[in-house]
Amino acid sequence: MALAAPGTLPLMDESHPNDRRQRLLDGMRAGMPFAVAGGLLALSFGVVAQSAGLSAGEAIAMSAIVFAGSAQFTAIAIIAQGGTVAAAVLAAALVNSRFLPMGVALGPSLPGGPMRRAAQGQAIVDASWGIAGRGDGTFDRWLLFGSTAVQYVGWVGGTIAGALGGNALGDPKALGLDAIYPAFFLALLIGELTDRRSRLVAALAALIALALVPVTPAGVPVLAASLASLVGLHASARADARARTDGR
Amino acid sequence: MSTSVALITGCAVVTYAIKGIGPLALGGRDLPLWFTSVVILLAPALFAALVVTQALADGKHIGIGADTVGVAAGGLVAWRFGSVIGCVVVAALVTAGLRAV
Repeated sequence: MALAAPGTLPLMDESHPNDRRQRLLDGMRAGMPFAVAGGLLALSFGVVAQSAGLSAGEAIAMSAIVFAGSAQFTAIAIIAQGGTVAAAVLAAALVNSRFLPMGVALGPSLPGGPMRRAAQGQAIVDASWGIAGRGDGTFDRWLLFGSTAVQYVGWVGGTIAGALGGNALGDPKALGLDAIYPAFFLALLIGELTDRRSRLVAALAALIALALVPVTPAGVPVLAASLASLVGLHASARADARARTDGR
Repeated sequence: MSTSVALITGCAVVTYAIKGIGPLALGGRDLPLWFTSVVILLAPALFAALVVTQALADGKHIGIGADTVGVAAGGLVAWRFGSVIGCVVVAALVTAGLRAV
């Protein structure tokens, strides 16, 4: 993954409408496999949510309104164990906290005022964020929108199927559906391991997360593991030093 | 307000806030090199953490289960053939198969 020249990167979205439409379609195409995978997972959410006390309509409404798979599963698990709504919402916030650094990374690539950017930020989901990354620290928002749109359809569609036909599905765990989420993330990770530095950061992040699992609430290990990306500061310092040496 | 409505509303509010705050605070400006260098490495860091916490952790316990083996098998498919759907289907099938025996 090549770094841009030292200094700054320009914002890029002055493209022709036809080009935007094409990138939107490209995003939809790239997001399709993740939409199918998410749809399979949402099947099990539709079943699990009802066993935790939600009606079929409420399970579907939750997917349509919240649209954050891992947070939804976490919140439902806490309610199913007899936890309070406050505890479930807090856990969902912690699990979703990974979207904070993703949003910070995405922000400079979005045009418009603060509220418009915040609205566009709602399109952040894991796979789309990965797909939209240009590899130079900037993001293509049309790829993001296209990829998220098809994943939204997959997620809500899967929940509807699971909520309305869940009895025919049987036990989601016996079907191995709980393995879909980590497999989904592993497929994303493999696409990101392009050089020695990314592999080092991934290994470091995995170690940080595993070390924190026994001692912190759900969500914190993943958020803390994002600190492994600070390895990039070392690369930045080296690039600066090289630029200064070349400038002499 | 029923428990379900409070749960859905609460989860929606925190999700919208968390996704919106970064773009709201940072936008319309050029990126310094140090920021870019860190952002590029966020994806492998976050995805690796998500994989290990979901495939190896059960609550606060760390261990290897049928799902761990299934995810590893799915990873092989993703690595060799680049197929996301193949990856998740193999992961689910292997996990289900191991639990059935």
